[in-house]
Order: sequence, then C-alpha cells, then structure tokens
Amino acid sequence: MATKILTEHINVPGIETFDVYRKQGGYTAVEKALKTLTPESIVEEVKKAGVRGRGGAGFPMGMKWSFLAKPEGVPRYLVCNADESEPGTFKDHYLMKNIPHLLIEGMIISSFALGANKSFIYVRGELMYVIHILEKAIAEAKAKGFLGKNILGSGYDLELVVQPGGGAYICGEETALLESLEGKRGNPRNKPPFPAVKGLYQSPTVVNNVESIATTPWIINNGGEAYAGIGIGRSTGTKLISASGHINKPGVYEIELGVPVEDFIYADEWCGGIRPGHKFKALVAGGSSVPILPANLALTLANGEKRLMSYESLSDGGFATGTMLGSGGFILFDETSCIVRNTWNFSRFYHHESCGQCSPCREGTGWMEKVLHRIEYGHGHQQDIDLLVDVSKKIEGNTICPLGDAAAWPVASAIRHFRDEFQWHIDHPSEATQPGAVYRGEMALV
Amino acid sequence: MITDNNSAVQFTPERVEKAKEIIARYPEGKQKSALLPLLHLLQEQEGWTSPEGMDYVARMLDIQPIEVYEVASFYTMYHLNPVGKHVIEYCRTGPCCLMGGEEVYAHLKQRLGIDTGQTTVDGQFTLKEVECLAACGMGPVFQIREKYYMHLTNERVDEIIDELSK
Ligand SMILES: Cc1cc2nc3c(=O)[nH]c(=O)nc-3n(C[C@H](O)[C@H](O)[C@H](O)COP(=O)(O)O)c2cc1C
Ligand code: SF4
Ligand code: FES
Repeated sequence: MATKILTEHINVPGIETFDVYRKQGGYTAVEKALKTLTPESIVEEVKKAGVRGRGGAGFPMGMKWSFLAKPEGVPRYLVCNADESEPGTFKDHYLMKNIPHLLIEGMIISSFALGANKSFIYVRGELMYVIHILEKAIAEAKAKGFLGKNILGSGYDLELVVQPGGGAYICGEETALLESLEGKRGNPRNKPPFPAVKGLYQSPTVVNNVESIATTPWIINNGGEAYAGIGIGRSTGTKLISASGHINKPGVYEIELGVPVEDFIYADEWCGGIRPGHKFKALVAGGSSVPILPANLALTLANGEKRLMSYESLSDGGFATGTMLGSGGFILFDETSCIVRNTWNFSRFYHHESCGQCSPCREGTGWMEKVLHRIEYGHGHQQDIDLLVDVSKKIEGNTICPLGDAAAWPVASAIRHFRDEFQWHIDHPSEATQPGAVYRGEMALV
Repeated sequence: MITDNNSAVQFTPERVEKAKEIIARYPEGKQKSALLPLLHLLQEQEGWTSPEGMDYVARMLDIQPIEVYEVASFYTMYHLNPVGKHVIEYCRTGPCCLMGGEEVYAHLKQRLGIDTGQTTVDGQFTLKEVECLAACGMGPVFQIREKYYMHLTNERVDEIIDELSK
C-alpha cells in the first residue's frame, strides 16, 4: 500500500467533525509541537522533510519559512492560499471539504512555528459552502482549547480567520492575494519587497498552499526524515493529483512522488485508463498554465526512460520535450479533442483573468485569444501561427507577475507540439469548422 | 458606523451583528479587509450588489464609495446589475468542456430560451458563464449561489430547472 499522508482517514465517516478526527489521531501533532517543540525546531523538521510548495511553484517550504523577517514588536502573519482557481486543479477543494481539521491542525503548527498569532485562510469565494465547513471546524477546535488564548496551557495564542475571495484567478498569486485580503483589487505587487519582509499590512508574511500546510501534522508526528524518505530525490513526500478529462476515473489521488506517469494513467488504483475505445493524445500535467505534451512525450523522456510524476522528471528536457508538475492539475485529452479549441479556451481564460496592470499581459492575452478564435472559427491567416509565437514571446518574462508566463506557455507549447493541427485549421477552414471535426493527420496517439 | 438609518439599503439586524463580527476579525485600523466579506453579505441579502448597497458598505467601513466600486467591479462574483431569482454560473473552462460542457450549455440555453448574460422574462433565471470552479473532475459543472451542481447532462439540467421552477 502506498503511503497516505493527507488522505489516510479522508473516507472515515464523520471525519469532518472534531471528535472523529481526534479519534483518528488528530491534533496529537499540535500537542507535541506546543508542549515539546520550539518554533525553530519545527522549522528544522520542515526543512529536513524537503517538502516543496504545493501551490504550483514548488519552492521548498522550510526555506521559505526561514526567510521570514522577525523585527521586534511587529506582528507576523501566516496566510493559507486556498484560492484554487488554476483550471484542472480541485485538490484543495477536496481536502478542505472532506477533512477540514487537517488544514486547521496544520495552520496551528505552522503559525506557532512562524510566531503568528492571527492567521488567515483565503478561500475562493465560490467555495462559500467550504468556508462554512472550515468555520464550523474552527469553532469546534476553539471550544476544545486548540485555538484562541493560551492554547493547551502553552501560553501561545492563535486566531484563525477564513476570508472569502470575490472571484478572480489572479488572487491566487500571493501578492494579489494579500492585496485582496486588505480589501483591494487583486493587483499583484512589484517585488521586492517580498512578503517575507513586507506582506500583509506591510508586516512579514508567509503564504503557503493548503496542501503544503496540511503536510505539517504528519511531519511533526513522524519526523522530517521519514517524510523525506517518501518520494524520489528532491521530490519528497506525496502529492495530491486532481485528474480530469478523458480518463475512466476522474478524481483526486494522493500519490508518492515518483510514480510513472503511465502507471498513474492506466492503473486501477488511479485514473483507470483512457475511456473505452479511445486513444491518448495529449496531457496537461500540472494545471492549465504548464506546457501541454503529446502522449509519447508525456510517457517517456527524450532518452527513452519512463517519465515519472515528480518535479524533476516532468520538467526533464526543459520546454522542448518536458513540462512541469505545477499544481497537480492533470488533464488528459483523447483523440476526440481539438488542441486548437482547447488552446483558445485557455487563452480566453487568461485574457479574462489578467488584472490589466502590465501591457504585455493585458494586450498580449487579448491578442492571443483573438487570433486563436479566428483560427478555430475558420478565418485564420497564414501568418497567424508565427504571430502567436511572437506574441507569446513578447509576454513571457516581461510582466509583474507570472500570470503572463502562464498565459504564454500553453499557446507556445501547443504550437510547438501540434503545429500541423493549427496549420490544418488554416488550410481547411470549412472542414475544420464542421461540428465535431478534429484533425486526424499524422500524430503519435498511444 | 454600523447603524445607518438614512440608507436606502440596510442590513437586517442579524446581518448587522454578522457585519460587526466580521469587522472585528481584523487588526485595529485594518477594517477595510472586511470589504469582500461585507459585499458577499450584501449580495446574499439583496440578490445583487446595488450602488445604494455599496454606499452603505462604504459608510460602514468608513472608506470612500469609489474604493468599494473599484473592488466590486474587479471581482466576478458581484452582480452589478439586478439578476433573476436563480443565477446559474456555468463553467466554460477546458476540463469541463472535455466532459461535454459545451453541448450541455447549448441545451441549457435552449431550455431557458436565453443567452449568456440574460434573464428569463419571468425573472426566474439569469445565465452567466464563469471560469473553472475547482470541480473539474466532476464536470460539467454549474453553481447557483452556494450550491454546486455536478456531472451535468441534458437530462440532469432539465430536472434541475424543473425543480427550481416549482
Ligand atoms: C496567476 C497565479 C495564480 C496562482 N494561483 C494559486 C492558487 O490558486 N493556489 C496556490 O496555492 N498558489 C497559487 N499560485 C502560487 C502562489 O503565488 C504562491 O506561490 C503559493 O501560494 C505559495 O505556496 P506554496 O509555496 O505552499 O506552494 C498562483 C500563482 C500565480 C502566478
Ligand atoms: S502579468 Fe498580467 S496578471 Fe500579472 S500583474 Fe501583469 S497584467 Fe496583472
Ligand atoms: S473546468 Fe469546470 S470546474 Fe474546472
């Protein structure tokens, strides 16, 4: 049996209540941390665990924590990023809805380690029902003495606030999130200063993803070394993968990092294979922002070895033949999918979600959407493919926040690997715009 | 200023209490952080985010009305125009489309006889397209207020509309 760090008890009836969660060993890590450990030693354990940020960027969590500035007399904040809006990603939703106390336990441990006395969980506003679940769980934990003043007689005080967003993907970007939490538009901030120095209310702040924070109870109970023993290389521990698209069993799966992509797709334990009678065409492995790969490159590295579900293996080959683990939003396309249409759809998303502060992103995402729309609807010009590549290059690296890159990569990668399909739309507009028409030219289906 | 008897829009007494509790969550002087939650409270009560309601919230937080308008217009969840009784927020993003989201949406539009952004003549339904709702494995998906409707098919859509029309 594969190790389950986050989801071992997720199907226990009543696990959303304090009592059942406690019976399954819940909150013992808080007791251990507050009664026997110092904040510094907790940061050390998290460093040893090697856990990398699960929100998408994969930055080592312990290292981020150790960067937190600690000026005298200034409050510090922990903010949990539960904005989860990256297309293809629905793991934090699953975790918070089913086992809210795991996140709360993680928030208590992490806040204690960082010296925060007021911490926030910023949840996308659409998930209001999950906000109610979290608020109820917080009230229960408070009633049992795990939150509030002088927790378990340790002298440590903590208040948890659940903050709703208002519907904006950009608020998942950590500085936009902080702006939003201050009651403003979600415009990303220029960096530096980084949140670790000037974050929420200009105070030192750590922002971490839900799944990242939820690893801390296990790390405290079992030790950082035990966590680092799971997974592969620098991809330690487990990862929640939210799988969607043309597979038999869409859903959220906790895997040990290092499972072969092929096994993840075909094993009954996970996706259960491609839907019957169909073939595997393409994969977006880590949420809509990461480069799309054709099936053969998704399964195998350039050197012929199997590709694994890990940060390193998924990015092997750079953007020429690789992609990224990202948020773990795993979207599988079979041969009935039109890559042009999907690329247009994703472009429309980024255009809609651009905050508009920087011209390359604001204008470029609009251009890409428009050009892709005309190709998809049979009005493409011969030079449009090169135009798209050109616009994507002008956005990439030239913006305040990474949303610009996130918008450029799906377009650039789709053209890199599926150029013939774009060309076909331009050359055969009447055929390509028939209902259900999909490019059937030469390509490696698996 | 929590009680504001001159406003055209006012929170119910329960919501006034709720608003006080929300404002008290933030550190001294940082009450503007309550803006998004208060706008949700306003919309929950009024059905939409009206100019009078936004002015009321501005006074409550002691901030300029423009600070409220610019926020309300930035975020997609706040309806800045009156809407029908049930606002259907339909996910139009890639993963849901792979699960047949576009076909089901076409059926929904036909069933209601309206297009995106419109409201049925009887004022029952408003249709909006939204981006990914973090339920991609359960697509196609739409949301009405706090409730998610998942694994949608044409038949399921008909059932839901029948149920809500009663
Ligand atoms: C446009 C954009 C959207 C993002 N959305 C999210 C999100 O929904 N959830 C999340 O945890 N991180 C998101 N991130 C990453 C955050 O900026 C940040 O790196 C992360 O919350 C840090 O937590 P971690 O280190 O635990 O992953 C987003 C980044 C960008 C640029
Ligand atoms: S890159 Fe786009 S989303 Fe990010 S700050 Fe610039 S305009 Fe806003
Ligand atoms: S794409 Fe529809 S919920 Fe994510």
